[in-house]
Amino acid sequence: MKYVDEFRDPEKARVLLKEIEQLAEQIHQRIQRPVYLMEVCGGHTHSIFRYGIETMLPACIELIHGPGCPVCVLPMGRVDDCVALAQDSKVILTTFGDAMRVPGSKKSLLAAKAEGCDVRMVYSPMDALGLARKNPDREVIFFGLGFETTMPSTALTLLQARREGITNFSLFCNHITIIPTIKAVLDSPDLKLDGFLGPGHVSMVIGNAPYQFIAEHYKKPVVIAGFEPLDILQSIWMLLKQLAAKESKVENQYSRVVPDKGNRVALDAISEVFELREFFEWRGLGSIDHSGVKMKQSWADYDAEAKFVVPAIKIADPKSCQCGEVLKGAIKPWDCKVFGRACTPETPLGALMVSSEGACAAYYQYGDVEKLEQHRISLQELPA
Amino acid sequence: MCLGIPGKIVSIEDADNLVGIVDVGGVKRAVNLSCIAQEQTPLDSYIGGWVLVHVGFAMSLIDENEAQATLAVLKELGEMQEELQAMQTGAQ
Ligand code: SF4
Repeated sequence: MKYVDEFRDPEKARVLLKEIEQLAEQIHQRIQRPVYLMEVCGGHTHSIFRYGIETMLPACIELIHGPGCPVCVLPMGRVDDCVALAQDSKVILTTFGDAMRVPGSKKSLLAAKAEGCDVRMVYSPMDALGLARKNPDREVIFFGLGFETTMPSTALTLLQARREGITNFSLFCNHITIIPTIKAVLDSPDLKLDGFLGPGHVSMVIGNAPYQFIAEHYKKPVVIAGFEPLDILQSIWMLLKQLAAKESKVENQYSRVVPDKGNRVALDAISEVFELREFFEWRGLGSIDHSGVKMKQSWADYDAEAKFVVPAIKIADPKSCQCGEVLKGAIKPWDCKVFGRACTPETPLGALMVSSEGACAAYYQYGDVEKLEQHRISLQELPA
Repeated sequence: MCLGIPGKIVSIEDADNLVGIVDVGGVKRAVNLSCIAQEQTPLDSYIGGWVLVHVGFAMSLIDENEAQATLAVLKELGEMQEELQAMQTGAQ
């Protein structure tokens, strides 16, 4: 356990690990298979790898790294659409740094920029609005993506644009929404899952209530978790306590940041600007009903999809990519045929290699693959 | 983008649009405070407080200890540098 000493409170970490071990053993005795826990949020995936948490846990706990990295799940066709928008010489295309590196079917936005398109990295949608203010003769498009964590910032920026009467600003909306996504995961037939680590910062916006159906209908415990390594250990411990007691409740480990009711201003802004799409295409997962949002009809003058011609071509994921199977926990990243060979963080083939919140890039960067391999072998030796 | 980054509100820049200046690891930039500002509370009273900032928006009030701990974790995760760089570029 060489990493525990890096924890803010190593003693507490040791105590938690000990209790986790006992509880896991107890549950394992009862169910006679590994305990499967999914972290939905890419931020958690990142922390789990950075701190080697997976290798500290008893072998009978298996973490499944869920689809919670919005950059990773962006389909190639949407990136191609973005590149097409950026090729219009009137347009300044703006987005977050991570999004610029996502590969499209031909190129990323970064490559389009190198070829002369006016693509600019911004830190905030407000910076994109600032560019529109400064360049009244250009059309500034913000390529917005992310779950409910970043959705309110986009909505509030649009509300301000309208208040100021700025008309050369629009959004290419690729925001996705967490609940239908979790539901799709729960309904997928090949998935074994015992509980969820809930996404801390999404919950800060939406609160606890939206997760109730998971506990009530699907009978799976949910613990909303913070991002520090101790938060994650404590949340795993809370999940195991529920499982040991055969309970399924929504609990909030991260109450210092997540209010039970969420954030009213943020939720109001979201519902003023956005509505659910019928379906949204995900990289590696296919189409998920109601998993994306689009702008309401009343916002058409700020909607890049209404203002400009977007090719909207559907591009299939490359054949060698196994991102979908990794996302569903069916295989481990290193089982993918191209992992670390054709697919690396420098030249990502699949989406999960793009951002350090993607499971493959996280394994590649921090994963002690050998150790995890052993962990897995010991798992296979467990009675099925 | 998804991990918030803690900062301290140092001044109010535009009260009408609820914009404050927040110091994040030494970088000062405009941050929208509308998600944390209560209507009845004067905006000035938030000066000196710590907030969790996501893409230029303060999304949650946090206490100072929490802020310091989170900053330490982000530094270790190697998230700070990229964020700070982005903030600086974005402020130009
Ligand atoms: S190694 Fe690359 S292609 Fe394979 S699953 Fe990971 S990201 Fe996808």
